[in-house]
Amino acid sequence: MGCGMRKSEPQLKKCDRAIRAALLIQRWYRQYAARLEMRRRCTWNIFQSIEYAGEQDQIKLYNFFGFLMDHFTPASSERNLISHIFRENEICRDTEWERYFCYKSMEVPDSYTGPHLTFPMTFCGVSKLVEAFKHKQQLHARYVLQILGETWRLLRILPNINHVSVCHTKEITICGDLHGHLEDLLLIFYKNDLPSSEKPYVFNGDFVDRGKNSLEILLILFGFLLVYPNDVHLNRGNHEDHIVNLRYGFTKEILVKYRVHGKKILKLLQKIFSWLPLATVIDHKVLVVHGGISDTTDLNVIAKVDRHKYVSALRPPKMTHQAVNGSKTHTMNSRNGEAGGPEEGRRRVFSLTHPGSALAQRNDPPRRSLHDLPVSSQLSWSVEDELKRRRRLAGFDQSYGDTKTESDSDPDFGQAETDEDEWKQVVDLLWSDPMPQNGCTPNEVRGGGCYWGPDVTEEVLGRHNLQLLIRSHECKQDGYEFCHNRRVLTIFSASNYYEEGSNRGAYIRMGSDLVPHFIQYQASRTCRELTLRQSVGWTERSALRSLREQLFVHKSDLISAFRVFDPNNTGLIPLRHWASATETVLKLGLPWRVLRPQLVGSSRCGLVDYQNWIKELSIPESKLEISDTSLLETMYKNHSNLETIFRIIDADHSGLISFEEFRQTWKLLSSHLQTEISDEVIADLAQSIDFNKDGSIDINEFMEAFRLVDLSAHT
Amino acid sequence: MAESGKSAEAAVSDVHKKIKAAFEAFDSDCNHTVDVREIGTIIYSLGCFPTQADLHDLIAEVEQDDSAYIHLDRFLPAMTKVLLENRFPPIPEDLLLQAFKVLDNTNKGYLEPEELTKYMTEEGDPFSQEEIDEMLTALADHEKNFIYYKDLISQLTIDPDM
Repeated sequence: MGCGMRKSEPQLKKCDRAIRAALLIQRWYRQYAARLEMRRRCTWNIFQSIEYAGEQDQIKLYNFFGFLMDHFTPASSERNLISHIFRENEICRDTEWERYFCYKSMEVPDSYTGPHLTFPMTFCGVSKLVEAFKHKQQLHARYVLQILGETWRLLRILPNINHVSVCHTKEITICGDLHGHLEDLLLIFYKNDLPSSEKPYVFNGDFVDRGKNSLEILLILFGFLLVYPNDVHLNRGNHEDHIVNLRYGFTKEILVKYRVHGKKILKLLQKIFSWLPLATVIDHKVLVVHGGISDTTDLNVIAKVDRHKYVSALRPPKMTHQAVNGSKTHTMNSRNGEAGGPEEGRRRVFSLTHPGSALAQRNDPPRRSLHDLPVSSQLSWSVEDELKRRRRLAGFDQSYGDTKTESDSDPDFGQAETDEDEWKQVVDLLWSDPMPQNGCTPNEVRGGGCYWGPDVTEEVLGRHNLQLLIRSHECKQDGYEFCHNRRVLTIFSASNYYEEGSNRGAYIRMGSDLVPHFIQYQASRTCRELTLRQSVGWTERSALRSLREQLFVHKSDLISAFRVFDPNNTGLIPLRHWASATETVLKLGLPWRVLRPQLVGSSRCGLVDYQNWIKELSIPESKLEISDTSLLETMYKNHSNLETIFRIIDADHSGLISFEEFRQTWKLLSSHLQTEISDEVIADLAQSIDFNKDGSIDINEFMEAFRLVDLSAHT
Repeated sequence: MAESGKSAEAAVSDVHKKIKAAFEAFDSDCNHTVDVREIGTIIYSLGCFPTQADLHDLIAEVEQDDSAYIHLDRFLPAMTKVLLENRFPPIPEDLLLQAFKVLDNTNKGYLEPEELTKYMTEEGDPFSQEEIDEMLTALADHEKNFIYYKDLISQLTIDPDM
């Protein structure tokens, strides 16, 4: 429409009015869109905080088990309950493995309607597999074991670091975390074509957990690896780890899909994960690794390790020498003292390789049995010590290191030292995250690996003559993100990771010029139909639901915290006190004031009626008839930990545990939490959740009973 | 209500908290800085309705030379003034309605997407393609794709909710 030159007065005025109208509408709309963006951002922060808090719990739990293993009598049955996760895989010799996983006797019945595979694997075979999975078919266990067996055989001959070259005609495609999101992988294949010798791919770890098609993704990736071993490259991620899988859903997925052969499949996968290569280098210039680096990263060392020794990155090499020498001079890092105010930031856990962690701290506490474990004092590392302010906020620029202890005289010590160095190298590659400040500090939010700064990037890349580091491990709203002066690139391929509409996924295409090009997508039929408002609303509701769950399970703590600010017991506290008290309890580092309208109905004159609010965080329907509300709360608060412990104890993966095992589980949990739970209460609890009345407890049923039914929402 | 003696201080303190909370949502590295491209969003989300020119002026006030980041130390005092002065007040609904009516020159009661697109991308402070795509997705009616502005104004001005 532009306004022409010689228009009459009224027409000019009309033109002018239209422009002013447009300006007004633009201003109005931009404000509206910005408010939506703010909500989207807050939602994002909620999900991230809760996710990282969950990861920490896992590490804490694992550290706790490690501590127990070292300090309790071998005779006690409790130790036996969990000791198997620390033992080397019993079946280590290759021929034994081959025999154990012999699928030849497994018959595929005529009634089977899924895909049939022939070996050696061909492109047609894999494409058939992809089609079958697209149509939600399930592969017979025999074929699963066959693929896994072939994959294992191949992986064993691959080096720790894949070296790839990109010639003029081929571009290489690099994908990040997939986390069981089959629809994303299918979307990538649709947009970018299937892998082949003309279409090389690098898949950068975290293929499994969280999503519901982790196994299908693995089988597809392994299938293509078998057909094009020189053109398909897999890097190990931190979720290619059976301990992590216990918590984040992959173990469960396998056991549910393969009730008879699940255990075998899991065992084979454990081995396969440990044999996955650790990194890929493209044209000697671009390093692709799942997590990142640290200041000690040395690719020459990495190239030489026996990577399959590290079945789980969470299990350190044998620490017996360390145990004897102790780390007397390495006490817990004292932090900058906090002022009285609310602690912001995510909960902290000492990283696995940090001198202050339970693993390194070996004093000589008396040997005890779990039965008479008193509260708190025996555990020399307390949970409270771990909850600290974000060190990054404090600008704490501590150089990482000092995991070497002081004893150089011990001749055996050298071996343990090398093992630990190697282990640290591997863990750093899989678990680290970049940070904006210079330096290298333990990654305490995750509990493993480091935070590394731009100076470390420059140094490590320089030392190895590299120009770019491509990594994954962190979800990014647009699917990718540069940092460290564009020397580090994060690529994340699972769209809608937190919830529908939460983020896009992306993949990289790179030619011989080694310049990355990005393709973004968002996989979901419904997503495209949602309006902007709806997709933000959807994601937000889901995040708020998760958040309200967190609030619910901390009800008693919240009330105590509020009461501190309300000495006269009026039931009302100022908004700022509500925000600070909530943060003190939940420690999620969230902007509570911004979230307040969605969490608390209305505030009168800047005051929050906390008593009513707490009441409204209603108790969900529960199949568990438990009158003891504090026990109920404990269960809800720790239900992820409970599930993890259950699955660990259920060593034969039957999905059932006995009353006795259940009792042991509670004992373990209560000592971990430093609370006391009487035998009687546990016995009652066990009775009430024996849903089948057959003397055993079905783990899945039990966990289902916990699902918090929609809490009353404030809209 | 707070006592009058304290009310000015309390008001400022409250405003500070609001600004900090909004700022922190975008302070992903927790170092009191945000990317300059997010400042507009932050300002809007605090309830302000600046024009693009207003935004540029404010950003110019708080940015530091070549840095692509804005520090809270500079943003806080500037933004506090903006809020206390109510410098960029909201657009009254009736004015907004009039604006739409001006564009709806055949007086249909709605706008067609092509009409709106033309105005939004060619006049005033033009929208980018991404912005107009988003706007149409957000505002257009599901079936006929028309923009029924009367209903939208009341729905959207108060709170962007479902």
